[in-house]
Order: sequence, then structure tokens, then C-alpha cells
Amino acid sequence: MRYSALSILRQALSGNRGWKPAWREPEPKPHYDVVIVGGGGHGLSTAYYLAKEFGIKNIAVLEKGYIGSGNVGRNTTIVRSNYLLEGNIPFYEFSLKLWEGLEADLNYNAMVSQRGVMMLAHSDGQRDAFARRGNAMRMHGVDAELLDREDLQKMMPYLNYDHARFPIKAGLLQKRGGTARHDAVAWGYARGADSHGVDIIQHCEVTAIRRDEKGRVTGVETSKGFIGCNKLALATAGHSSETARMADLRLPIETHVLQAFVSEGIKPVIDNVIVYGGGHFYISQSDKGGLVFGADIDYYSSYAQRGNLAIVESTMEEGVSLIPGLSRLRVLRSWGGVMDMSMDGSPIIDRTPIENLYLNAGWCYGGFKATPASGFCFAHLIAKNEPHHVARALRLDRFERGYAVDEAGKGPQPNIH
Amino acid sequence: MASLITCPHCGRRPKEEFSIRGDAVPERPTPVASEEAWHAYVYLRENPRGTIREYWHHAAGCRRWLVVERDNVTHEVYAVTDARDLAKGGAA
Amino acid sequence: MTSSRIANVGLIDRSRIVKFSFDGRAYKGFEGDTLASALLANDVTLMGRSFKYHRPRGPVTAGPSEPNALVTIGKDARTEPNTRATVAELYSGLVARSQNAWPSLKYDIGSINGLFSPMLGAGFYYKTFMWPAAFWEKLYEPVIRRAAGLGKAVLAADPDRYEKSWAHCDLLVIGSGPSGLMAALTAGRAGLRVILAEQDFRLGGSLLSETAMIGGVSAPDFVAATVAELADMPNVTIMPRTTVFGWYDDMVFGAVEKVQKHVAVPSADKPVERLWRIAARRAILAAGAEERPLVFGGNDRPGIMTADATRTYLNRYGVATGRKVAIFTNGGSGYRTAADLSARGVNIAAIIDSRAASADFAPYGVRVICSGSIVDTKGGHRLSGIMTNRFGYDEMIDCDALAMSGGWSPVVHLMCQRGAKPVWSEEAQAFLAPDVGPLFIAAGSAAGHATVSECLRDGAVKAHAAVEALGRLVGHVNTPEVEGEYDPSFAPLWYVPGARAKAFVDFQNDVHVDDLALATREGFGHVEHAKRYTTSGMATDQGKLGNVNAVALLAGMRGVSPAQVGTTTYRPFYTPVSFGALAGTARAEQSRPIRTSPLHGWAKKNGATFLESGLWYRSAYFVQGEEKNWRESVDREVLNVRQNAGLCDVSTLGKIEIFGGDAAEFLNRVYSNAFLKLPVGKARYGLMLREDGMVFDDGTTSRLFENHYVMTTTTAYAAEVMAHLEFASQTFWPDLDVRFVSTSDQWAQMALAGPKSRTILQKIVEDDLSDASFPFLAAREVQLKGGLTARLFRISFSGELAYELAVPAGYGEAVADAIMEAGGGEGICAYGVEALDVLRIEKGHVTHSELDGRTTADDVGLGKMMSTSKPDFIGKGLSSRYGLTAADRLQMVGLKPVELDKPLKAGAALLREGVEPSMTAGQGFVSSACFSPHIGQWIGLAMLKSGRERIGEKILVWDAVRSTEFLAEVCAPVFVDPDNLNLHV
Repeated sequence: MRYSALSILRQALSGNRGWKPAWREPEPKPHYDVVIVGGGGHGLSTAYYLAKEFGIKNIAVLEKGYIGSGNVGRNTTIVRSNYLLEGNIPFYEFSLKLWEGLEADLNYNAMVSQRGVMMLAHSDGQRDAFARRGNAMRMHGVDAELLDREDLQKMMPYLNYDHARFPIKAGLLQKRGGTARHDAVAWGYARGADSHGVDIIQHCEVTAIRRDEKGRVTGVETSKGFIGCNKLALATAGHSSETARMADLRLPIETHVLQAFVSEGIKPVIDNVIVYGGGHFYISQSDKGGLVFGADIDYYSSYAQRGNLAIVESTMEEGVSLIPGLSRLRVLRSWGGVMDMSMDGSPIIDRTPIENLYLNAGWCYGGFKATPASGFCFAHLIAKNEPHHVARALRLDRFERGYAVDEAGKGPQPNIH
Repeated sequence: MASLITCPHCGRRPKEEFSIRGDAVPERPTPVASEEAWHAYVYLRENPRGTIREYWHHAAGCRRWLVVERDNVTHEVYAVTDARDLAKGGAA
Repeated sequence: MTSSRIANVGLIDRSRIVKFSFDGRAYKGFEGDTLASALLANDVTLMGRSFKYHRPRGPVTAGPSEPNALVTIGKDARTEPNTRATVAELYSGLVARSQNAWPSLKYDIGSINGLFSPMLGAGFYYKTFMWPAAFWEKLYEPVIRRAAGLGKAVLAADPDRYEKSWAHCDLLVIGSGPSGLMAALTAGRAGLRVILAEQDFRLGGSLLSETAMIGGVSAPDFVAATVAELADMPNVTIMPRTTVFGWYDDMVFGAVEKVQKHVAVPSADKPVERLWRIAARRAILAAGAEERPLVFGGNDRPGIMTADATRTYLNRYGVATGRKVAIFTNGGSGYRTAADLSARGVNIAAIIDSRAASADFAPYGVRVICSGSIVDTKGGHRLSGIMTNRFGYDEMIDCDALAMSGGWSPVVHLMCQRGAKPVWSEEAQAFLAPDVGPLFIAAGSAAGHATVSECLRDGAVKAHAAVEALGRLVGHVNTPEVEGEYDPSFAPLWYVPGARAKAFVDFQNDVHVDDLALATREGFGHVEHAKRYTTSGMATDQGKLGNVNAVALLAGMRGVSPAQVGTTTYRPFYTPVSFGALAGTARAEQSRPIRTSPLHGWAKKNGATFLESGLWYRSAYFVQGEEKNWRESVDREVLNVRQNAGLCDVSTLGKIEIFGGDAAEFLNRVYSNAFLKLPVGKARYGLMLREDGMVFDDGTTSRLFENHYVMTTTTAYAAEVMAHLEFASQTFWPDLDVRFVSTSDQWAQMALAGPKSRTILQKIVEDDLSDASFPFLAAREVQLKGGLTARLFRISFSGELAYELAVPAGYGEAVADAIMEAGGGEGICAYGVEALDVLRIEKGHVTHSELDGRTTADDVGLGKMMSTSKPDFIGKGLSSRYGLTAADRLQMVGLKPVELDKPLKAGAALLREGVEPSMTAGQGFVSSACFSPHIGQWIGLAMLKSGRERIGEKILVWDAVRSTEFLAEVCAPVFVDPDNLNLHV
């Protein structure tokens, strides 16, 4: 049913009893054209765009838990396209454009809020690096502004200007960046995909990938029985190595845990997203009033969705260093998401050496903002067997060929990207 | 695991004293190895859910590189061995 | 003092009056009060407004799970929003204000939201505010945002101190109620090192409001005696005001101690809060149980609270929560509450018991309505009556307070923070603690035990097990007899049918039963979906009070058992923890360590301006005379180095001593260029790669003696290179005889550069420094006049005749002074890293501005340093990949703006002249730039596509973020002395 102000009023008058389920709960069919493994943001958006933009109707999304139970429901909700490298900027900018039209497209309010993303520079070198990044963005038609200390003081008077260990020198602002309501993104795509006939099958765990004598993928064994498919698409970031292993594929990925935090709700004080250049701290304030923030990953490989206290402390140290006034506020909750940390810090959307098997993986801690473009480009790849032009640098064989997309310049060590 | 690591040289020490490099299973290829072998060594990872071996450096302690064998789901540590001893003895 | 306070009851000190204020009005309480108990004693029940509908609310608990009574405490920079009045220890001068209400707590415009509540159901915002699209940010969201949050933050710098500490123990006991005390006593007597942590300012937990007799004395007296015995044990540490908020790996617990949160003006000698990391061999969770509210129509009016809270206010604080109290219960707790109230002379309106019959005794004369329910309540800022219903017949009963009891939920939060889920018990009608192994176990009511005597016994039993497991002999501990305890068992009642008003589940977030029903209807019936869709359990109490009710309601709506619904994920923090406590001392200038060079003092007295470089402070430039801006100083320093000489502190460079018979072989493998045949007494520039073939770091390594080398690294990569060498030697080549030690802090190192540097240096060095005996790249120990042995390297970053002199750190300043004195007649000057940067750009030497982790040796013109003859070096294996050798890679070139006055800046992009900027038009970027006083214009180094083929080309410098663009000429990346003649003079 279509959502509108009128439908809300009509339902309110009738005790809200007429609302229909946002998506069906179908039993799996024996065979689909495309089976997508992973009912997170990327899997659901892939299904949505496959059905809506690429005309494939016979699609299933298999989710081992409940939809949105992975990183789409466990992140800091930031959307932005302020990247440095040619391999990344067009992709994330495409994503941001899709974010900008998401509500109208989905008839679902994911609360995309373009509050601005500010990256702070704390040395001359960092300022120059941000100038380089800003110029690269502008070159690709992305908005970017380099602000000086005085501009920043006007915008964000509560930052530590006078007693900082690393003085604030400049800021790179992307006004079109911001936040979105993370759970609603999964729900909106699920509802949209469902309305285009996609079968979303929750609590259906894939246990094996079936291949024929020529090695081609023909379907998956699941907790709800065998499901056949012409094409199998993996969108299981955080667990990509485990799912790919079912097809004897090794990936350039290690799984790591990233913690994030939310404070008690307070009246609005922080308007935009702020990224601390003296460390890895970043913060924004949600529409509910909680300060949402995070910093470093926990550095060791982990599939446990929880973190350790040392990183909690270092995160707060950075936060209080940047915004001294946080000190007397309270942190309500911490959580941990497990992520595919790829070997160059950039994702992979590609075919695989195995016929009929498609891979969407390696999102590191940047997967949320990529959700729309990831789905769109993955759908394009699955439907047309060739990469979407904004995602063509995100190939699986780039490591072998020497074309790493290394934003941080840290080299093949996944935990420091 | 995440809170305290028993260094074979220094005893139980807080995690913050260590820096972590990553998977300790891949072995550096011989000088004559193919580019494929190098690619596999540098980039490809088993990344299993469960028991792994990982390089930890006791950077704020004895400065030894250690191989920590542990479970990456429960975070239980099974063994911590000096990496050189393992390397000399041949990787187990 | 006030009418709600009952004489001679409670654990407050009536001889100590405490003055405080709430919303500007002055009140009095007593020492031992919480803010909530003191307000209730003053007949103030309305303490807050709810989040969504701004409904008037009073406290519903007397403890840390409080969702309603949240206030802002403190003034100015000590303002703390969202403080739970129910745990805030009252102190003299406490200033509290209400939140989320305008213009006042009593008359809050926001309560109009309640009228629209049919349209504001669960998830309504996902379905609307979409048209027109631009209105979201401009109109809808600002309105929503203004409504967000509860309290206001001031975001001013905190004037107080915080600190962190480690603690270690054999047994950590969390909670000091009956089971916690008995556990601590048992373990303490057996000699274990025990930490007893209690979140309250007073030990005793539920015993503080208990009216049963224990061992022949009152429960509070039993507590006092037990605590006194524990306090006398040297092996027991009692930590009141300490909340254990998290359980982390390896039995490490995070706890926060309120050290000075109960004083108006904290002493500067102590922290206000202290973070504890407690490493425990074993732990016992004795956190008690939470009484559940009942879910009935109008269950949120001020004056309605749990029966347990009612008893706590009564027995512990001597406060009657009303003059005429009604009780709504499904078990024994309601009757115990009636008995206690009655004993204190408080009128009881009625006991409404949802059960058809019970064995519980009501006080004499109190009416009991069995099979009864409440379907609505009335009252504005305070409850004035309840509409009861029995067999379909309504009856309005007047009352000004209601004590409700919906059964008990063990507080198992901490045990569920590491992945294990609580386990539903049909018998207990509650989620119980999961089995997380023998190291961490629950005791007492946290383990599902009901009565005081069971809890006392269980505490002793669980501690006994821990003592035995740790190999100690168990001392004898008698579990005292309990007289007059009650049976708290209950019959489940998750939802009271027939509600004629909203029946709230999550009070703070205003989630009511209809919201959960709507979520279920729309397919959000999974407990995580329901939570996220309705926000149930997402308020500052994290669902401590309401979650179990929500789970049971969802179970009912879905027609399954609560076990099948399960719980949402428990995560730290048990209760919210301040940023300040978690940050500790690391704040402001002290947020990270500060490193200063041994020549810092020398630089300072010579007028240096310092800049941050990682953790270091380095001398940037030295202002002299009338110089008005940094450029004037830097230009002078640069010219003087090229004409005369200059002295620069380079102590921050990484310095690694390398020893061993195989050191040469080792260096040969870690550098891309040849090192095997470096002679003793020589330095060599070396390039290190990562294993992926990209440049990692560069520097010089000198062979001082046969088996002793000294390596320098860049300042930024000193630690990384050291770890890299250790890794390579310990894991790749364990058989090579080589050892390292970092000596970065042990040496003061200074660069003396310029044509007159030899003349100057010779004045303080005994050894012959002529070009013949100390040629370019010579490196060896020398004797300084006066006898000091120093290390001298003839290496040059500036391109001039230059030396680097290293002396033990403690001699640094004296030697630098001596050089300055020796150079006085030669025109020596001090120069900083800004001039150093200009000198190296003029010479085309690279730094990490060029070596940004994506560059190969060939990219920066150092391709010849990739040995083709060595069988192996780090980075060789992947260095010939297609992408690393492609013709269109960015290559380093020099740049000179065509117009002399154009300032070139690092970070500018490069475009072909006449080409529109676009996704594919980029040609590279400016990596380093400076004004060259030698050339007389701005120059730069740039990374340009196929750059080396493009010398002479005009290219557009496109600096959109700084709003400039101009043409520059591509040139070779060396602007001074291209043939290196100056090096060899």
C-alpha cells in the first residue's frame, strides 16, 4: 500500500488497523533467475534495482537472520562521497545521488539528511592533503569546500580551538553529505523489492553452494531446502570469506570488528557530521538526539559483534580532545559490527572465476553510504554481465594486476585501512 | 584475548601494549616463486570464522613478534608463541 | 519536615539537613536521600516529561532503571543532562532542573502531541514527510530535531579531573544485596582477594528496604555488621558508588566510580570519577532483580510506581509515596508493600490482585479485589484515582499513589554482553542468566532466587564454589536465619485487558501496546525489528524496565512463547557512563604524549617557532630581528644555507642501531638497492618497499664498524620501520644473525649544511674533515674537541656541502651551541623544517608527500634503486605487476608557474590546458610546493601522468577549493645544482 499523509490520516481514524505488512513472508520457490545471499542493505538494494531497473522479476533474497540484521542496522549512518581516488569518487557520488532521490523512489522516508560532512585538518600537511582530495572531488563534479579556522569557529564553536594537542587548521566540507536512518534503508528497499515481486526469505541460511560438473553454480542448499538459480549473488559483507569458501574461493579480505557508540539523547547541539583529523573519531547527532560516534577498529580479526574496552577508551579520549564539552555527557550504548576489511580498503563488485557466481564484498567500514550504488551496480553487473561504469575500478583481480584502490596508502594490511 | 595477552616473555599484559599485523598462516614465498604465489601470499586470506593464527607485536614490551592462536568468535586464546621459535621450528 | 516524610523511619540522617533546588525552588532533604526521595518527601511527584507525547511523569523506580525522573543537574560547565533522580545522591547545593518541557514542567506545550497520537504511531515518520522532497531538510526535519533529546548539553570544557586505574582480584562481587554480601563474606573469610562493587552510595542493596529480620537483627543492621567485618579484612576492597558497566574479554570488567559526584564543588585534588578496569579471576553477579511494571491503561501517571520502589522510598528513605496508596499486583510483592505501608500508618485504598485467589495476607482492614484489574487512571500532574474492573464491573477508587507489581526480572545484563542470550524460564516467568562458564556466575535474585533467605544462602554457595575452584580452604560461614520474609512469587500478567487509555511499555519513549501491535501487523514482529520500528527499549534506560514486558507482549501477539521471541542484544553500558570517565586524563593538550627533541631547548633559545609533527614538536623557523611573517624567516634561512651555512635539528629522524654478522645480508634484503658491499665508514641512501612493491620509507644507513650499522628513517615512519625490521628478522629470516635497537631518543642529531659547513665543523672536530679524508658519504665516529666521541655523516638533504652530526642526547645543546659559536664568523644561522622543506624541494628530494603509499620507486625517479641482480628483497615479488609498470602512471616532475607571482600550493590538481575538469581529465596533483628564494618564484614537485615524457609542457594548475588556476611549466624535479657539484666540494 502506498504511504502518504492521507493514508496516515485515514488509518489514524480507523485505529491503525488497516496497515498491511511491509513485505510478504513467502516460502521459497524451487528455482529463481537470481538468488541473492544476504538480506542486508546491499542485498536488498540489489534485489530492488534488479527488479525495478533491469527487468528481472524472478528473484529471491535469502537472509539467515532477520533482514537488516547485519551492518545496515549497526553503523553510524553517514552518507558522503568525499573520496580521494578516481576509482572511488564516481561510485560514491553515484550513491549520494541515489540517496538524494531515495524517498521519492521508494515511497519510504529513510530520513536522508544532508547536514554536511566536515573533515578537520590539524596540520599544514593534512590541510594540503584535504585540498588535494577536495580538488579531486570538484574535478569529478562533487561539492567540496576548504574552510579555514575562522569559518570553522563560526560553524562549530564547541570544538577545541584553544587547548588542543593537535590544533584545528582547516576543514574540508561536503555539504551534500550527511546521515540517513539506517534501519529504514533496509526496510524501504525490502518493501520496494517485495512490491516488485522479489521473494524475501528470512531465517533461511545458505549451507552450501551447488555446482555442476563444469563447475557452474546451479543453486544453494539452505536451511529451507535446495533453491536453484541461474545466477548466484553474494552480498554478505562481514562474512564474505565464509560464503565464498562454499565455492572454494579465497578472497583478499580479513574480518574485523568496528565499534560504534550512541550517547543519551540531548537537545540538538551538533548539526553536521564531524571527522577528527587528529585521530579517527567521527560524530553526528541523530534526529532522536543521541550523539552517534566511533573511531578505530579493534585491530584484531574478529567475527564477534562486540569490541574491547581499550578502543572504547581511546574513542572517548579522541572525542573529548576534539569536543571538550562531551566530558559530562554520557555514553549509552556501544556495539560492534564485523566487516570485510579488504586489502586496499576498497570494495569489490565483480564476477568471480566461477561461472554464475557474483560477488559484492570488501566494504570495510564504508558500506552503509554505498548501499544504493552498491545495489545498483551489482544489479547492473548481474543483469548485463559487465560492470557499471562507476564501479569498474572495484574489480576482484585488481590486486593481481597491480591496480589497488588504496585511499589510505597503507598497503596490503587490512586492519590499518 | 582482547583485554589481556600472555606474552611468553613478559606474562599477562594489556592488549594496548601490542600491535596486530594480521594472518600468520601465509608463508613468504621463495625468491623464485611465481607472481601468482606472491599475490596469494600478500593478498589472499582464508579468514576463517573460528580458530586463527595472527601476528601480534609486543611493541610496548619485549618487542618480540608473537603468533597468537585464538578463536575469533569467542575471543579465547589457545596459545601465544614467539614467532621466531615457530619460524625456526617450521610453522606448525 | 514535610508531610510525606514519616518520622523515625529509614536510613537517612535527620540531623543533617541538605538544601537543594529543583526548577528554581528551594527544598530541604536529608543526608542519605536521593534527589527523587527528597523531592517525593517534599510532595513533588512530577519530575519530568516523556520523549514523544510530553506526558507528565514521576519516578516509577527507586534505582538505576528509572525511565521517567530524568533531570538536569549542575550549573555551567558542570551541567549534566538526563541524570536519574532516583540514583542521584543528594548533596548540599545541588541544583536540578526539569527537561523536555516548555514553557514549564507543569504547563508543557509539547503535550499537544498526545492529541495527535493516532497519527504518530510506531514508524509513522517512515511513511510521511516525503513531499515535496526539499521540505525534509528545510521543514520537517528541523521540527523533528527540535523535539529530539531530553536534556540540554552546554558543551563547555569540563573543569574537573578524571582518572583511570587497574584493579586485580580473585573474586569480583557485583552488587551488595543479600547474595553479594554473603558471597563477599564467604570469599573474604577464605582469604581471597575480593572486590565488592556496589553502584549505590550505600551498601546493602534490597536489604536496605527489607523489613524482615536477619539473624535476629534488622536487615540494615545485618548489613552494617557484615560491611564492618568486610571492611576489616585487608584482602577485601569495598567499592561503593561503583557501577560495573561492562564485561569484556578475559574477565576484564569496566567499572566507573563516582568519587566526587555527591559534592557541589569538587576538590581539585581528586577526580570526580574514576574508571576501573578490573581483572578478575572469577566474578559473581549479584545485581538483584527488577520489579516489572504492569501494562494497563493509564499506567504512566505520576504517583504510579513499582511496589519495590514504594517500599524503598518508605523503608529506606522514610517517605510515603502517597497519602492513600492503591496496590495493583499479581503476586506477593503487593501484599508485602501493603503490610509495610500499613505498618507505617499509610492509608491503603485497596489491593487489586489479578489472581483469582492467593495465600498472601492483606493487612487488617485492607480491601482486596481479586480477579481485579485497572483499565484507566485519572489525574493530571498526579494520580487521583484508578478505574478498576472486576468481572466487567467498573469501580472508581480514589488514591494518590499506586504501587504495582508485575513480577520479577533478574538483572542479567552483564552476563549477556559477550554473545550469550538470556534463557527463558517458564517456571520463573522470566529470562534467566545464560551459562557463560564457571568464571562468571549469577547469585541470588539475579540467578532467579526469590526470598531473602534463598539469596543469602545462594551467595554463600556460589562464593564457596569459587573459593574451592581457586584452591582455597573454605572458612565456616553460617547463613543467618531470616524471620518475617514474604513469598514474592507471582502469576504472570503481561497485559491487562480492557485498557481505556494508552498502556505504556517503554515509558520514556512513549511506546505503548498499540505500537507493538502495529509493528507486528506490519511485519516488524521480530524482537529486533519491533525494537527498531517502535523504539521500545532504545531510551536512556535501554529497556531495563520495559523490555521483558515488550517481549511477552510480542509473544502474545505472534502466538508464540517469550522463549521464541527472545531478547534484543544486551550491550555495554549497563548504565550510561560519562565520556569524561572513559577519557580519563587524556584531554586537551594532554590528549596524546608530547615528544620534544634533545635540541628543543637550543631551538627555543634561538627563537624557534614550533609545529606539531605527529607527536613531535619540531622547530619550524627562527624569527630574527624585524621579520614580520614566517616567509621572511624561511627565505632568509634558505638563502643563508646556500650561501653560508645553517644548523638544523634533525633529531626526530628515526635512528636504529643494527648489529650482527649477517647485518649486511639483512639490509640487502630489506632495502631495494644493494647494501651487501657497503664499506665500513660509508653511508648509503636506501629505499624500503612494502611487499606489494610500493615505497615504504627511505633514509640512510651507515656502516660504522664491520658488524655495526646505523639506520635513519623518516620521522613519521620511525616506529613502523623498526617493527618492520623486527618482523622481517624474526619471521622471515630467523637464522640471520642480526639485532636491532631503536636509539631515536638517545642521540641529538643536527644537520650542518652550506658551503661553509666544513670550515665551521672543523673548528670543533679533531679529525681531518678535508674532502680527501672525509668525502661525500663518509660516515664514522669522530672526536670533538674536548674529547666527546660523536658520529659524523657527510650526507645532504639540501644539496649543499653538508654533514649530520650525532652526539649523545645530553650533549646535544652544548654541541649545538658550540657549532653556532664556531660559525658565528661564517654567518651561520639556525634553520627549521620549513627551510629544510624548501631546500629539499629545490633539490627534488622526496618525502612522504611524494611517497604517499601509492608510489613506486620508478614513479619518483628512483627506478635505478630497484636492484635487478639481488635474488630477493622485500617488495620484489610483486613489483613488476602490470599496474605498477604501466606507462600512464603518475611520475614525479618539477613545476614552475608561468607567471612568476603565482603561488603554487600542495594539493592543487593538474589539468591539460583547455580541457574541462571531469572524471577522466585529471592529470595528477601538486605534492609539494614552496617559494624558492633561490629561483625567485614558487616551485613545486608534482605527480603527473607519464610526467617524465612531458618536460616543457604547459599544464593547468587547478585549485578549485582555493579558487585559483594558472598555467605552470613542467620541468625536471631539480631546481638547484642539477649535477650535484656542490655535494663534492
